[in-house]
Amino acid sequence: MNKVVLTGISGNLGRVVAKQLHRVAHVIGIDRRPFVGRPKDIDHVQVDLRKKKVEEVFRKHRPDAVIHMGIMHDPRMTQEDHHSFNVLGTMKVLECAAKYGVKKVVMLSSANVYGPSPENSNFLTEESPLMAASRFPQVRDLIEVDMLAHGFFWRHPEIETVVLRPVHIVGASIKNAPSNYLRLKRPWVMAGFDPMVQLIHTEDVGRAMVAALKPGRKGVYNVTGPGEVPLSAVFAELGHRPIPVPHLVAKPVLSTLFKYRLASYPPEELDHIQFLCMVDGARWTTESGLRPQFTMRETIRSVLGE
Amino acid sequence: MTCARVNGRLSNLVKQGLKQWTRSMAGEDLDARLSGSRPRNEYGVDPFGFSLDYALSAIGPFLWLYKNYFRCETFGIEKVPPGRVLLVSNHSGQLPVDGVMIGVAMLTEAKAPRAIRSMVEKWVPTLPWVSTFFARVGQIVGTPENCRRLLEKDEAILVFPEGMKGISKLYPQRYQLQEFGLGFMRLALETNTPIVPVAVIGGEEQAPAIVNVKPLAKLLGFPVMPLTPYGPPLPLPVKYRLHFGDPIYFTGRADDEDVELEKKVKVVKAAIQSMIEHGLKERKAVFW
Repeated sequence: MNKVVLTGISGNLGRVVAKQLHRVAHVIGIDRRPFVGRPKDIDHVQVDLRKKKVEEVFRKHRPDAVIHMGIMHDPRMTQEDHHSFNVLGTMKVLECAAKYGVKKVVMLSSANVYGPSPENSNFLTEESPLMAASRFPQVRDLIEVDMLAHGFFWRHPEIETVVLRPVHIVGASIKNAPSNYLRLKRPWVMAGFDPMVQLIHTEDVGRAMVAALKPGRKGVYNVTGPGEVPLSAVFAELGHRPIPVPHLVAKPVLSTLFKYRLASYPPEELDHIQFLCMVDGARWTTESGLRPQFTMRETIRSVLGE
Repeated sequence: MTCARVNGRLSNLVKQGLKQWTRSMAGEDLDARLSGSRPRNEYGVDPFGFSLDYALSAIGPFLWLYKNYFRCETFGIEKVPPGRVLLVSNHSGQLPVDGVMIGVAMLTEAKAPRAIRSMVEKWVPTLPWVSTFFARVGQIVGTPENCRRLLEKDEAILVFPEGMKGISKLYPQRYQLQEFGLGFMRLALETNTPIVPVAVIGGEEQAPAIVNVKPLAKLLGFPVMPLTPYGPPLPLPVKYRLHFGDPIYFTGRADDEDVELEKKVKVVKAAIQSMIEHGLKERKAVFW
């Protein structure tokens, strides 16, 4: 792959992928945020993914591949903003990819699309229904984005489309919900619940995204990290002391706190620390031959910036 | 802060004590004989959340019940083949003591001890503490995907095809097998797994329920709420007898029509029924 368009390049994960990729390919970043500390050989176009100018980037550079990770997760943004940015942005990127002869589209989705539930099998495969929105309607757009890529896969057999659904991404600089949660010194846990969780280090996700560019690779893949641990073991490893809160109390309390902006997690996120949402990553490990480079311990400790 | 630390030390002491207790009842070498049976990561758990350390502590009280309260006896446990296997048993007693007894028997009485799994109801993961306890001792939610995955890993899985209908049957229906589900047979055919029929004698008298109070069950969010003459369905000290049958090997298509599967399921059901009748004839009394 000579030229790769990377959307969402200014995010933490975007920068990780850019740094892994820029020595072997010409990277063109698209992000409405500025790219701080950009290496000189990376082009960056600071524009909203929904804008017309995005098409210009494709027309000018004629990229061979697109890595699309310009997807917003911030629960504080309004529903409309989320939906519009994620869905319309993804549509625009896919449309340009089809129009300008891109050969490969790699799209970052998430294992969260399956959603935590007491009825889940311990390891969900790629064929499992995407149920996340049934208990947490605000994540509808993330499922829709995943489905858009799915539809694109079938409508454009000439393009190799890869959808990656990694488990909870953690890392020193990562500011997503799981990393922030694990950094809490006195986190809430649901009293009597200790679900198994799967984590993956940012750099391992980056490597997976780059590996997905390999010609011939296409399809939907769950991407897992070094394994599964009880949530309590994660906090023990980090030396944090959780506060057990009865689940019947936790939801109403958190929803009030969230409403008045005293908490940064919407109450539905509690499902993730109460029920299982684990995936089977066998398809990806077999086909890519890629193993995570960080051990479980290193992955957990990475949130501390070690 | 000190309170939490004392608390932590206390629970650690309890855990160590329980583990010692288990060892004193089951033999010091139990850990060693079991330790190779499942993969363990650096945090002491297998991918499904089973923890040998936790299980050895947790099993103490149940082992005591097994030996002293229910005075469990096993027959033919050596017939359980190594490798993947489905143990299919009758189900009764309001509380799943039968599952616990079979689990303890496989752990302590089998020549090659095995930590078996059973498939639990989907409401178990919604229960605090219970959900964690079940996961750490290796019990998981009964979805076909879970079962298939574990059989492919050559595990031993205990299934109660009567399900909720079996465990909640009332006293007059004791030892009458309820309708069997077909799911276990499909999985056995698909994964080429032998089936060992198991008859549990004793459990069906442990909590002689006479009525199922449906409104109360609904109120508490329980699937059923049976009551005995003495109130809650607490198990009486009946004597447990576990009869293990010869493994049955089935061949055929896993996606066959229900009628075809029903025929095979009938074979298993008949085997259990005849073992139950034999077991009932053999025993002298319910309580000894």
